[in-house]
Amino acid sequence: MTVPIQCRPDEVFVLNLGPQHPATHGVLRVKLTMDGEYIVKAEPVLGYIHRMHEKMAEAGSFAQFMPNTARMDYLHALAYNHGYVLAVERAAGIEVPERAEYIRVITVELNRLSSHLLWWAAFLLDLGGFTPLLYAFDDRERILDLLERITGSRLTYCYFRFGGVYNDIDDEFIAGTRDFIKRLRSRLPRMYHDLVTHNIILIKRLKDIGFITPEQCRRYGATGPVARGSGINYDVRKNEPYSVYPEFDFDVPVYTECDSMARYMVRMDEIEQSLRIIEQALDKLPDGPVKAKKVPKILKPPAGDYYAAVEAARGAFGCRLVCDGGKSAYRLKLRSPTFCNLSLFGEVAEGMLLADALAFMGSLDLVIPEIDR
Amino acid sequence: MSIVEETRKALLQLFPEQAAAEAEAEAAAAAAAEAEAGAETETDAEAELTVSEEGGEDAGGEEAAGPAKPAKEEEPVEEGPRENGVLVTDHAARGTHLDVLCDPDQVVEAARIMDAAGFFLEAITGVDWIKEDRMEVIYDYNQTGPEPCRVVVRAFIPRANPEIPTISDILPGANWHERETHDFFGIKFQGHPYLVPLLLPEDADFHPLLKDFTP
Amino acid sequence: MDTSIWRPIIYLICFMAFAGLNAAYLGWCERKGAGRIQRRTGPMEVGFHGLLQPLADGLKLMSKQLLVPEGVDHILFRIAPILAMIPALTSMVVIPFSDNIQGRALELSVLLLFALASIGMIAILIGGWASGNKYAVISAARAVSQNLAYEIPMLITVITIVMITGSMNLQDIAMDQQGGFWHWNIFRFDKSIFMPVSFIIFFICSVAETNRAPFDMAEAESELIAGFMTEYSSMGFGLFMMGEYLNIVVGACLTTILFLGGWSCPFGLFPGVWWFLIKIYILIFTFIWIRWTYPRTQVYKLLNLSWKILIPFSLVNLLVTAAFIKVF
Repeated sequence: MTVPIQCRPDEVFVLNLGPQHPATHGVLRVKLTMDGEYIVKAEPVLGYIHRMHEKMAEAGSFAQFMPNTARMDYLHALAYNHGYVLAVERAAGIEVPERAEYIRVITVELNRLSSHLLWWAAFLLDLGGFTPLLYAFDDRERILDLLERITGSRLTYCYFRFGGVYNDIDDEFIAGTRDFIKRLRSRLPRMYHDLVTHNIILIKRLKDIGFITPEQCRRYGATGPVARGSGINYDVRKNEPYSVYPEFDFDVPVYTECDSMARYMVRMDEIEQSLRIIEQALDKLPDGPVKAKKVPKILKPPAGDYYAAVEAARGAFGCRLVCDGGKSAYRLKLRSPTFCNLSLFGEVAEGMLLADALAFMGSLDLVIPEIDR
Repeated sequence: MSIVEETRKALLQLFPEQAAAEAEAEAAAAAAAEAEAGAETETDAEAELTVSEEGGEDAGGEEAAGPAKPAKEEEPVEEGPRENGVLVTDHAARGTHLDVLCDPDQVVEAARIMDAAGFFLEAITGVDWIKEDRMEVIYDYNQTGPEPCRVVVRAFIPRANPEIPTISDILPGANWHERETHDFFGIKFQGHPYLVPLLLPEDADFHPLLKDFTP
Repeated sequence: MDTSIWRPIIYLICFMAFAGLNAAYLGWCERKGAGRIQRRTGPMEVGFHGLLQPLADGLKLMSKQLLVPEGVDHILFRIAPILAMIPALTSMVVIPFSDNIQGRALELSVLLLFALASIGMIAILIGGWASGNKYAVISAARAVSQNLAYEIPMLITVITIVMITGSMNLQDIAMDQQGGFWHWNIFRFDKSIFMPVSFIIFFICSVAETNRAPFDMAEAESELIAGFMTEYSSMGFGLFMMGEYLNIVVGACLTTILFLGGWSCPFGLFPGVWWFLIKIYILIFTFIWIRWTYPRTQVYKLLNLSWKILIPFSLVNLLVTAAFIKVF
């Protein structure tokens, strides 16, 4: 639904959405030029939480940068851990034991679940539904407890090591994870779908709102659920497999409606797929060491540049590592998915109503520290 | 033909010399094959000739990059001056499939080719090679087809006058990436519609990722 | 009727106390209800099960500074919260809680209630406008268009009731429905087959009129921060909140009287004020229940709902009722 904007140019006004606004989930600022409740122009203003992680990577050793990766996308920190270790392992030629790969997949997928659950909660909050937040947090809390047991932290994990992981998982973790899978499986259809997904108000607010064409996705480089909601079947885990993902049987949910509801459904289906992956990984979990032997304390990868990509909860996270043979990165470029996903906001939000634009923004699943880095 | 091959062919438009050398080599190879098929009793000398010609193709087209690739796996690099051209890289070792080095004014044409081939832009970044007194601009392209194919396009620009044409009119997603690269390196993207700081403060006149940057 | 001066004064004190208690304790009920729905306990610290929480909140609000930001319209900014509270309080006067508990039995009490309800909307408009805040102005514009849209179906539904009863006096309307639930207007199929629909329309409208979720377009905290209340602090905010809760009480009372038989018992036994209270609190609980289970609608869809669905339906119901009354 597009309504032509009919007003004199001097009748528009500028509305500052953020940097402190309940719907921007962080310090994002959007300069909206409005005609009444219609948006004439939307310009995101970034940089309020810019910390120059890329410079920090040049200052310290490779291992010293590890904790920084968790501070970008704090909701799916383990994927960022993973992307970074993949790039460094590729550069330094480190082999990872199989058990460590499985543990990586299990923890990354658990973390993806917690990220999607939090997105779901926050998205409903954007739409004015407060209660789902607490239901989702109830489930998310269990994931955090599980991950805390093995990683030692609840949010900003620094669990992966070059050539493995920090800590082996134990039987209690495995049992707890299996319990959790059973629990979420039983709650998903009843509490998440019956109560929320099929709610008429939610459907009315998401259907045909925030229409992103596949071509727009491509031109702006959108990935992840945003692209998959627009009918683009692209998932790094399938298209460019890394770690042990090829060994698992899972589907990539793709919806062709291109609207906010499609993006919503993609994420809800991804929750189920992640559960499947974790279940298979737990079944197949091999024995063995969790850390490669003979990984030098100080890494000095040969000069050259290396790229590694992983599928984070919000899209393809890429790590371009330029080495000059020294013990720290000569240049580390972190390609964050939401940066590209947000860049199409301005084009799509034009002509939208304020309320719809906020629903649309929520469906992009923004994590601001990841955009600003 | 795999997507990597197709893309490589498409990108060769940028480098007529390499394309010509390759076409020549191909023709030679075809001729050799024909010759082999036709007259198996050809002299050894001629067979040797074709072999050497194929070697010549490598040298002409990918050779300069040649040492960069396979050599890198085993030995530490000689950062030999790499000539312009398309290079097939080992995905397992590098994470990319094709590596293109071109002149700064060719990046627009490269972007056009990539756009036509259905690629999307993943990122733009710079690298400050202060010792060589130049900067590198790296464009990461990717596509969403079932087969992976990542393409890197890189160009070197002088450090004293870092300027490169914008590609934001071809791929609008490049707009923010170019602004970000301008923030960090001071690289001016000529023709960019709105080259003001994106991640840095509005009045920032410093470029933190330069190697000689002091806060 | 006794004309002594004491009767109005006692009524005044009682209604004020009733209104104040409701305004304060509905906040507590809301939080407890929300807690129940969200599987948590709600306020527990202040007093037994947080029963003293409203008192503590009131003290806190009163001891805070009433900030008047620069650039606001000083007079209107101060008037708006008072204007939000007073009509809601005044409405209490004409509501018959029972056949003998009523502040003032006006002949046109229905009309008065609706007139007062419109003033509440003006309070939101003035508050939003005077704040000089863009979010507040958007919120004010939303509130006015929403209230206009929802008053129409509401009034048409009330006209139906007035036609059935033949009176605009709430007391008469309630007396007309005495004795068993089959006499209640909601189930009066002999007057119109659409009476339950009519009740639902009226209830939806009263949710919208009181700016409650899922129709809380005016405060929509994830879009407009807090809408017209953005710039208010201390008791300015407090009065708006109390006004909102009182409006809920008035809306529930009105629904009860118009459709649910006022103080009559469902089975015709022991009619009295307790039935009235039970009914309004069930309705208020429904208000709370809806608020904490549904996401917010979008402002244009809200207007569409009113203009395209509710108004046509209520008009049809009006015609059907008129036909029924004429025929039978």
